[in-house]
Amino acid sequence: MALTYLQRLEAESIHIIREVVAETDNPVMLYSIGKDSAVMLHLAIKAFFPARPPFPLLHVDTTWKFRDMYAFRDRRAAEVGMKLIVHVNPEGLAMNINPFTHGSAVHTDVMKTQGLRQALDKYGFDAAFGGARRDEEKSRAKERIFSFRSAQHRWDPKTQRPELWHLYNARKHKGESLRVFPLSNWTELDVWQYIHLQDIPIVPLYFARERPVVERDGTLIMVDDERMPLRDGEVPMLRKVRFRTLGCYPLTGAIESDADTLPAIVQEMLLAKTSERQGRVIDYDAAGSMEKKKVEGYF
Amino acid sequence: MERAFAPAVAEIERYLATHQRKSLLRFITCGSVDDGKSTLIGRLLYESKLLFEDQLAALEADSRKMGTQGDGLDFALLLDGLTAEREQGITIDVAYRYFATDRRKYIVADTPGHEQYTRNMVTGASTADVAVLIVDARKGALTQTRRHSYLVSLLGIRKILVAVNKMDLVEYAEAPFRAITAEYGDFAARIGLDDVTFIPVSALKGDNVVAKSAQMPWHRGPTLMGYLESVAIDEERLQKAPFRLPVQWVNRPHHDFRGFAGTIASGTIHTGERVRVQPSGRESRVARIVTADGDLAQAIAGQSITLTLTDEIDISRGDLISTASAPPEVADQFEATIIWMADEPMLPGRPYLLKIGARTVNAQIGDLKYKVNVNSLEHVAAKTLALNEIGVCNLSLDHPVAFDVYKENRDTGGFIFIDRVSNNTVGAGLLEFALRRAHNIHIQALDLNKGVRAQLKGQKSCVLWLTGLSGAGKSTIANLVEKKLHALGRHTYLLDGDNIRHGLNKDLGFTDVDRVENIRRVAEVAKLMVDAGLIVITAFISPFRAERRMARELMDAGEFIEIFVDTPLAVAEQRDSKGLYKKARQGELKNFTGIDSPYEVPEQAEIHVETTRLAADAAADLIVRELGRRGVIGTVV
Repeated sequence: MALTYLQRLEAESIHIIREVVAETDNPVMLYSIGKDSAVMLHLAIKAFFPARPPFPLLHVDTTWKFRDMYAFRDRRAAEVGMKLIVHVNPEGLAMNINPFTHGSAVHTDVMKTQGLRQALDKYGFDAAFGGARRDEEKSRAKERIFSFRSAQHRWDPKTQRPELWHLYNARKHKGESLRVFPLSNWTELDVWQYIHLQDIPIVPLYFARERPVVERDGTLIMVDDERMPLRDGEVPMLRKVRFRTLGCYPLTGAIESDADTLPAIVQEMLLAKTSERQGRVIDYDAAGSMEKKKVEGYF
Repeated sequence: MERAFAPAVAEIERYLATHQRKSLLRFITCGSVDDGKSTLIGRLLYESKLLFEDQLAALEADSRKMGTQGDGLDFALLLDGLTAEREQGITIDVAYRYFATDRRKYIVADTPGHEQYTRNMVTGASTADVAVLIVDARKGALTQTRRHSYLVSLLGIRKILVAVNKMDLVEYAEAPFRAITAEYGDFAARIGLDDVTFIPVSALKGDNVVAKSAQMPWHRGPTLMGYLESVAIDEERLQKAPFRLPVQWVNRPHHDFRGFAGTIASGTIHTGERVRVQPSGRESRVARIVTADGDLAQAIAGQSITLTLTDEIDISRGDLISTASAPPEVADQFEATIIWMADEPMLPGRPYLLKIGARTVNAQIGDLKYKVNVNSLEHVAAKTLALNEIGVCNLSLDHPVAFDVYKENRDTGGFIFIDRVSNNTVGAGLLEFALRRAHNIHIQALDLNKGVRAQLKGQKSCVLWLTGLSGAGKSTIANLVEKKLHALGRHTYLLDGDNIRHGLNKDLGFTDVDRVENIRRVAEVAKLMVDAGLIVITAFISPFRAERRMARELMDAGEFIEIFVDTPLAVAEQRDSKGLYKKARQGELKNFTGIDSPYEVPEQAEIHVETTRLAADAAADLIVRELGRRGVIGTVV
């Protein structure tokens, strides 16, 4: 009797999560509210059942997420009974950093990259789980599951630790930390299949519904609240749309879709002609942009 | 991709139900630099329609900018992820790729062909079920192919697919393919690979990759994809092996639940079955197999589960649960094959951390029996292993561990070495067998112990470990300390270069290997003397933190007092009482600490003596006072 591929992926991820908890002092799970975070949280609950996962959730907030995401986050944290820490970069907040006036690069750097580093330092977390998958982007394909960061949070692609069998080396000096990616070997389709199979709650924005959007530089942007400045001639129109990835609403493109159930989403996936990161405005830089961001400490 | 967009929900549900049952196959691809490995994987992704439109668009743009295929798509660009590699045109690390068919999900470890990256290939091979070796039809099996084959067989991959690539460049002729089959077949049999399949392909043109090639009707075997779809997966073999559960985590949410969580490395377990916990040897029965989806009646290799037992027995992380009828062996000394993965060479005698399953212990590597020339497979005499070298040696652990030999079970027989100072993973190893003496030697518990002996002398035995540069003043201070202690009626012994280097260690020189061994012996002698109840004073440069730590850990808590005799290099060199610095500067003395060999400053010395501020006699007084404060010299009469 062979295990199914989802059973094997699940077992591997659970093994990774337990290993981190056993070998580090103060782990935290980065919770970005998206579908990958939903799966990662579900796996953490399984790993320690019947106990609760012995670590908190951390959301590095930019204040620009969709309203639906905030509501879902708070509800979910309460349901699973885990502590939720929300961190917003206070300096970025004071400077009113936002994607409209500062552009996506500055916004992402200040609110996400710097914000994450601040939060890890502030609470002294020495290991952080992230939901990144290797199929998302080329430089991720070579990142280890246990990714070692210097005291300055930098990633050095040349000094990664070899990972053999299921043996992970979590040792580090004081001040250094680990980013751990339990979903490394999952693909986007695996994630959707697993959500379907396990009935994992996800943010409603993944399902198609009529939503107010404007078309901007070829991307459909949802007008989620009144902070969104409209350009001349832009009038929000109702379109049946959904999101393949979730981030800051001004930086996240919607796709027109009729997929309002999980099977329909999976069906759309199977027929999809574009990969999911296309909806993310931050990846539109030159080749190697993600690698550069990671060297600097982006997840 | 051009399917009609109208399948009913039921059809999708059916699709999902089928796909949920897919199995998982992991394989590694290995090839020499220009054999077209990345092209082959890119072709597999392309042919199984797994390239999205934007990736294809990016690939087309990249191919025009950096490609080597003129106007054609350069599939290799899809895989070479890191910027530095793309510029050099070579893959320098392991990249993982994913694709799926209706039958299976595949995880591909794509690893580089260069000799210096043996480390990466071994990493990729460690979890693979199948190895795909790529051979250029024009060149046949090269030295690199042989090396890859050896590594693959060493790492325990049983199934090999040899893709004879670039058949388009030999006019799709059968003869060159047959020649390679015959030659490589002989070689594979010699290194114990007995399940080898050969397929002629053209990754560039797509022949025999997914669809059967019209150009090669003479090939009656499967296509590459056909092989991958049908080959047996290693997990089926593992399910039939004896039950092994390395305990990863003890789950205690409340007093009524005590569960032992881990991933089953092999075998099958049922509720009610009798189990044994190694290395303690305690036995009990499985009460429940707990998962978040409900209790199971049985669990199999590969599943991550939590067991509860019917008896309250002491089990902690790192223990190995097995069935009582087929327990693993327990030992603390082994013969092992080691693959070195760090720039710093492996030094026999230096203690490293060893992680096996969920257990981490201290390990000392004995003398190398030989290293393996991975190209000729010859055994070569050696004292150390450099990066990417493979050797066989004995290992001695400070705690017994439960294990299986690697050939039987990768997860209970494979281990990594971790450097105690840098924390890096510096090597990997395969347990070959336990050394018999490990079973037979038991430590004799004696009635007389060091506490009793030291008490008779009115002191607590300990080591004063003086470390510092040559010419720092270690011996001078050590002599003064000994005289002062003697005057106080304490029992001491001084170990220094004069009485050690000329006798016990006269076979040792000053290479890094010999320095490590020198300190190891000094530490062991000091330990015996501490056991005899003495205050031992040592005066050695002992430049490496790892050895000082090793010495520290040989002693009990509080017995090791590290004294850093801190003299700046410039000052020591100026004093140069023995004229050694001058010789070193002139190149007459090699490996001289501070000149062409490093001195690693102590980070946690108990006593810090700055000789630029304190004369030798005052320094000795300071040390004796500190010993009084620590209660080492009892009440001074």
